[in-house]
Amino acid sequence: MSEAAPKSVEVGKDEVIISSTPEIARKLQDRIESLLESTLANEKDRFCVRLALEEAVVNAIKHGNQMDPLKQVTIRYGMWRDQVEIHITDEGPGFDPDDLPDPTDIENLERPCGRGVMLIRHYMHEVEFFAPGNSMLMRRFFQQAS
Amino acid sequence: MSGQPRKRRLEVEDAGDVTVVNFVDKKILEEQSIQAIGDQLFELVDSEGRKKMVLNFTNVEYLSSAALGKIIALNNRVKKAGGKLALCKIRPDIKEVFTITKLDKIIKIVDDEQAAIQAVS
Repeated sequence: MSEAAPKSVEVGKDEVIISSTPEIARKLQDRIESLLESTLANEKDRFCVRLALEEAVVNAIKHGNQMDPLKQVTIRYGMWRDQVEIHITDEGPGFDPDDLPDPTDIENLERPCGRGVMLIRHYMHEVEFFAPGNSMLMRRFFQQAS
Repeated sequence: MSGQPRKRRLEVEDAGDVTVVNFVDKKILEEQSIQAIGDQLFELVDSEGRKKMVLNFTNVEYLSSAALGKIIALNNRVKKAGGKLALCKIRPDIKEVFTITKLDKIIKIVDDEQAAIQAVS
């Protein structure tokens, strides 16, 4: 995991490999979200992290692994008092994050899907994709603007 | 069919000829509940022929893009049926989701329920 900025006191850190099962992912998401209580994260930060984590996990399970329970998702996370970083990797073929249709284009507004990556990019301060596009690292710094 | 009763995800009330829907769940996140909410919303339009609809978000604290997808699909169905949809009582965090995705350009969003009822009447 890259070191983007000096981090404060560590709150929790782990690497977990789960099957592509929403119920199992939910438990892990709850565990990660519960760590937010021990950080400087305010209500806005918690909303942003929960939403981005949900979108990233759904992307990995549904679009990456096509809901195949035999395929796994690796979630590596670190939580510090002042920031969180989450690295999610699925076993799918990946995608080009720069080649997604813009969901806010007028011709795409009525399409019911395709907004997950946009929301992740909006709600996290840093988002990196790794080739072939099945691996994503996202970071949010607590109590900062937007 | 499993034979088990479906969990009620929506509270549906009539305000004249307007259907007002409240969400039971605080978090509209899980695939299964989103699917059930979508099915129950679509039934109101497709089976019950309701055309003027208000979704009241008072109870909703979180929703994902998959939930947005169902609301967009509902809006498309209501429009196709010649009706109108409006959303109300959305907390600021969630309203921002509608704003950044520009869904507020295609779906009517107002502050309170009365204004929403008027918007679809």
